[in-house]
Amino acid sequence: MQIPVEGFMYPNEVELQWSILIVLYPFITGLVAGAFILASLERVFRVQAVKPTYRLALLTALAFLLVAPLPLQLHLGHPERSLEMYLTPHRSSAMAMFGFVYLWYLMGVLLLEIWLDYRREIVEFSQTASGWKRRIYRVLTLGSSNVSARSLRIDERLGYFITLVGIPSAFLLHGYVGFIFGSIKANPWWSSPLMPIVFVFSAMVSGISAVMLLYMLSTRLRGQQIDMRCLDTIARYLLYTFIIDFSLEMLDLLQRIYEADESFRSLDFMVHTRLWTSQVIIQILLGTVTPIVLLGVTQVLKFPDIARKRIYGLAGYLTMIGIFAMRWNVVIGGQLFSKSFLGYTTYKMAFATREGLLTAIALLILPFIILWVLVKLLPPWPESASLPSSGAAPAHGTS
Amino acid sequence: MDITRRRLLVLLPAAAVAWKYVLAGTPEASPNYQMTEHWWGMLIDIPKCIGCGSCARACAEENDVPEGYYRTWIERYHVEDWKIERPEVESPDGGKQGFPPHADDGGKNFFVPKLCNHCAESPCTQVCPVGATFVTPDGVVLVDKSYCLGCRYCVQACPYGCRFINPKTNTAEKCSLCYHRITKGLTTACCEVCPTGARQLADLKNPKDPIHEFLKTHTVQVLKPHMATGAKVFYNGMDGSVR
Amino acid sequence: MNLFKDIEHLIRLAAVIAIALVAFVILRAAVVPRSFGQYGHYRGAAISEIASRPVTLAGHDACEGCHTDVVDQKKLGKHVVVACEACHGAQAKHADDPSSAQPKKLDTAVVCARCHEANSAKPKNFPQVATADHSGGLACDSCHQPHRPKIETAKIEPEGKK
Repeated sequence: MQIPVEGFMYPNEVELQWSILIVLYPFITGLVAGAFILASLERVFRVQAVKPTYRLALLTALAFLLVAPLPLQLHLGHPERSLEMYLTPHRSSAMAMFGFVYLWYLMGVLLLEIWLDYRREIVEFSQTASGWKRRIYRVLTLGSSNVSARSLRIDERLGYFITLVGIPSAFLLHGYVGFIFGSIKANPWWSSPLMPIVFVFSAMVSGISAVMLLYMLSTRLRGQQIDMRCLDTIARYLLYTFIIDFSLEMLDLLQRIYEADESFRSLDFMVHTRLWTSQVIIQILLGTVTPIVLLGVTQVLKFPDIARKRIYGLAGYLTMIGIFAMRWNVVIGGQLFSKSFLGYTTYKMAFATREGLLTAIALLILPFIILWVLVKLLPPWPESASLPSSGAAPAHGTS
Repeated sequence: MDITRRRLLVLLPAAAVAWKYVLAGTPEASPNYQMTEHWWGMLIDIPKCIGCGSCARACAEENDVPEGYYRTWIERYHVEDWKIERPEVESPDGGKQGFPPHADDGGKNFFVPKLCNHCAESPCTQVCPVGATFVTPDGVVLVDKSYCLGCRYCVQACPYGCRFINPKTNTAEKCSLCYHRITKGLTTACCEVCPTGARQLADLKNPKDPIHEFLKTHTVQVLKPHMATGAKVFYNGMDGSVR
Repeated sequence: MNLFKDIEHLIRLAAVIAIALVAFVILRAAVVPRSFGQYGHYRGAAISEIASRPVTLAGHDACEGCHTDVVDQKKLGKHVVVACEACHGAQAKHADDPSSAQPKKLDTAVVCARCHEANSAKPKNFPQVATADHSGGLACDSCHQPHRPKIETAKIEPEGKK
């Protein structure tokens, strides 16, 4: 397949190395980190209003975290050798160290926190459920059926501690992905100390937005009433995070334009031509400025509930598209220009191959299927708790 | 002049002895190759390069390089007057078939052969997650293709664009400085066939290597020195427009 | 003890983690190649594996062992510095067993042009011609003897092949 080249590219640079799957990967891990931060708002920062979304946020994070390694595995030339990253990790390699950050976050933070928070229900379901579900619950109990008040209190304390540790872990998880790109001195589009920070804040934006949308959708599907206080609070945090994220990205851009170093002319031309639609139109205008304006307007003017829900929904969808576009512009954009700064290539995305569009779409749908399974196994809805969610039982978030 | 039987009787054993070393399976079989006694690099003399592409062709033959990928390649530069930050560069099929004829156009034109710089502080080695690419004790950056995952991180990290993924093995690949030749006392394929001596293998640890005198008496650069990679391919007479 | 019962599930969890860690250590000892770490963070055996790759270009020394007549010819002209395989391609198989692999007859229009076709990027003092004007389409070896390219007063007889 002849790849059209404009100007000069080093001969080995013409074909892109990292495909849409590698665009997917930071998008997915970003959702994980963001969803977790939203959950921690309630647990650690005692923002009572967002409690209805606490468990949903954790399960969302887990569903996406389980899918996160898949685009990487599909992209590798030799996925059967991927265990080497754990057996002989090269300590100077950000990618190798990330394998452990991922493992820590999955095992030491997310799974542990979910297990501790749900343990009472797990024990209960292991006694009341039937069929294959019962077997799953029994395994999850690890053979212990003690749900005495003190054991639950211990779980609660431990869970609090894990969430506390989990917040910097979530930053580390996605900041590290940013560092994987930001530490490549050979690529001026990526190489920047701001990269991990920009990644973290855009992750938070996408994660909060995803949980907000899922909460609205799932509540509607279950025929329940949306807790507007919860939704308003989430939207407010989304706005704050978005403003910080946008400021950071604009800072990077303005600095580049002002300093206009060797790479700038090449990158500037690339943004004006090959990345115009994905970066300026989709990421910045539609995906960042519009949601910020929409969310900002709801803070300044009073709208009825119905209008606010519609605005939040629209802002949420645009945000998801915008953050995906941001990952695209970073990963694909970083490979469209030559390291000689003398030319550009084209990304020919395949459709039905291992690294094609179809695979990417499937990988984006998969987390929702997993989430559906998780929600069936471990219902996160406030009204489905067999005991009152606050009060007698020592659940999280003491008033 | 034809080969007489007597000549043959003398020549054949001589050739056989020479060939024994060529076919030697391991460095140990080559006379006394000690990795710690060598520190390999290369000298490229730009004013001598005629852009014939012999190096790229020989490399592809020697190392079984697939079509469309290049362990070494040649770039043709055209610089207009003072515009050294905006050269026009081309490399049709990596220069493997030479270059199409160009009439004199008033600008400055020259060829630049490129290859892996076998960096002493190799960024590709730094980022490899599993240790599949590495710097040998004698200064050659190699790829262990039975260990490489094909993650392509190294390809992204190389500032010089010298790495690629071999579509047959799905592993990273690049110039190996013909390690299988230099450890047997031969020179690299590209240096072997270069008709003008524009490319010369250099053993920086060998005090008698001509490169030491050359470096003292010529104006020499490495590519992208600001990247601080410890590149060991030295370019004589390299213009400021070279990217 | 009561406390023990209340943290029983955590102890079980700790046990699961401990077992997993032990399994990992055992796996690592079993699977990581023996020579890994010998010289650095890589498989030491890779060095000799790479070094033992068979050679494809014989190198001019190997050619000159047999083809002494060509050597004598080349010594008289500018092409003495040109390696045999620069034009003839990789010939290690031929050097190993001359009858098993015969070098192909070269098309001088292609081979000679790569070096000698005029190009403004070539060094000014390097012999180069615009072949269309120079030979009007004739093959280079109609007039030039490739191993001793300078045209003397009389055309040199072409070499006999083995």
